[in-house]
Amino acid sequence: MKNSALLVETPEGVTFSYDLATPVVRGFAWLVDALVLAAISYIVTQISALLRALSPDLAAGVGTASFFVLSIAYGIFCEWRWRGQTIGKRLFGLRVIDSHGLRLRFSQVVLRNLMRFFDGLPLLYLVGAASSLLSRNLQRLGDLVANTVVVRERRWEEPDIERIAPAKYNSLLGWPHLAARLRNAAEPEAVAMAVRAVTQRDRYAPVARVELFQMLAEHFRAAAAFPPEAIEGMSDEEYVRSVLRVIYRAN
Amino acid sequence: MIIDTARFVTAERPFWEELANLLEQLRNDPERHLSFEQVQRLHYLYERCSADLSRVGTFSGEPHLRQSLEALVAQAYAQIHETRAPLRVQWKSVLLAFPRAFRRHLAAFRLAVAATVVGAVFGGFAIRQDPQAKAVLMPFPALLVSPAERVRQEESAKTDRLQGRKASFSADLMTHNVRVTMVALAAGISWGAGTLILLFYNGVLLGAVVADYVAGGQAAFLAGWLLPHGSIEIPAILIGGQAGFVLASALIGWGGRETRADRFRAVSHDLFALAGGAAAMLVWAGAIESFVSQYHEPVLPYGLKIGFGVCELLALAAFLWLAGRE
Repeated sequence: MKNSALLVETPEGVTFSYDLATPVVRGFAWLVDALVLAAISYIVTQISALLRALSPDLAAGVGTASFFVLSIAYGIFCEWRWRGQTIGKRLFGLRVIDSHGLRLRFSQVVLRNLMRFFDGLPLLYLVGAASSLLSRNLQRLGDLVANTVVVRERRWEEPDIERIAPAKYNSLLGWPHLAARLRNAAEPEAVAMAVRAVTQRDRYAPVARVELFQMLAEHFRAAAAFPPEAIEGMSDEEYVRSVLRVIYRAN
Repeated sequence: MIIDTARFVTAERPFWEELANLLEQLRNDPERHLSFEQVQRLHYLYERCSADLSRVGTFSGEPHLRQSLEALVAQAYAQIHETRAPLRVQWKSVLLAFPRAFRRHLAAFRLAVAATVVGAVFGGFAIRQDPQAKAVLMPFPALLVSPAERVRQEESAKTDRLQGRKASFSADLMTHNVRVTMVALAAGISWGAGTLILLFYNGVLLGAVVADYVAGGQAAFLAGWLLPHGSIEIPAILIGGQAGFVLASALIGWGGRETRADRFRAVSHDLFALAGGAAAMLVWAGAIESFVSQYHEPVLPYGLKIGFGVCELLALAAFLWLAGRE
């Protein structure tokens, strides 16, 4: 069974997760890297062409050797210098990390790049792609050997409470013991769904929106039953917004 | 205990921001060294944010906050548990890592030699039994003429056939051989089958050529042609195969109790050293093949070329066997 995230448990007992990059996104990143490599090779060819005046043979030799070295060294240099990122991976927000969540060692970077000789067979990384599709952590063979995974990078973002639950009068807070029960009983997945429903409400068709908020409201009502006077005249959507205000704000 | 999210965020936000800023600075300048006080502060902030993440995960139904804290703790975790030293190249250690890795995995090298020898015996036997198989076994036009005819052409040549393309020929040889060697290494991931096939095939080619020239009475030419570069090139490819078998052995993991990831981790430095050593050998071999091996008597006496090849082989054997012994 495939994982969509890599779970890491620290010695302190804290667990965090990385979202694993899918083969398709990695393929796009590789395409960008291939274009970058082609551009660099073109520049190197132009520079080595300057040697033609000295010796056409030397120019051809330097061109061949440079292209070969560049094609291997590009990934190694970028992933070491930028801690697991090439230009393509940067563009698509991907990063190579150690499979235990640690930073990469140089030998890991070299090995995963040398394994491209096999992953790239017979063409267009078919072996690597097949391996990622079969692997539990979406690893190509080079990742398996080097103990690395490619993850989607998540940057630290400060939580935007105002956007999710703006400060307004909330009748549910008139019953603090029920509000506390609601906070305690609300599952993160349901809250995440409610947040998405509120922040993206205009994207839904009117009928679908009504049905979605109805389902969410029923779910939260089951978690904590507020008296009728607390929710009198409140639509399902307004009830869900009030629930979020309870969860995100205490007053 | 139930988290009051707003109050919790307000109280803890300065610590999160401080940690995020510190990590951003380290990300932008990977070689930056922190003072002892800064390291202590980083550790404190990491532990505090880890505790916050635990509280959010346990007591709060707020997913966005948890994801943000996870990203922060993950970055700090990688930073705190950093195991790599700054990359300072110590040439002596780099140079000695190769022979030490070679000696640590002698059984894999013997297997690589055995696969090549079996291939060579098969190639030699096949070409002696069926001379028509030459076109199949030796897919190089220069080798398809009879050995005597080739020697006559080479020794009577009035012009240098590599004139004006020695450097490009040398670069072609280097890149081709390095590619073959790296494929031999990487093919170890196919439980060693790919490496075995590649080495066997190389052996077949070599055995067929040797049998053809020895049977044609051109052993001296053959030795003078092959030894100057082959005494380095062939061991380099065998070392690539050795690395492939080391990889296969880590994949299979006979009898051990370690996980596959731990086994790969244990051999990764040796694989790196073997690949680097083999690549360096092939650069040398490529230059020698282009600038020395292709010149025959009367330009270069066979005795000199054979002597040069034997010296190279002895020097290589001494380096692999003796260098870096404690």
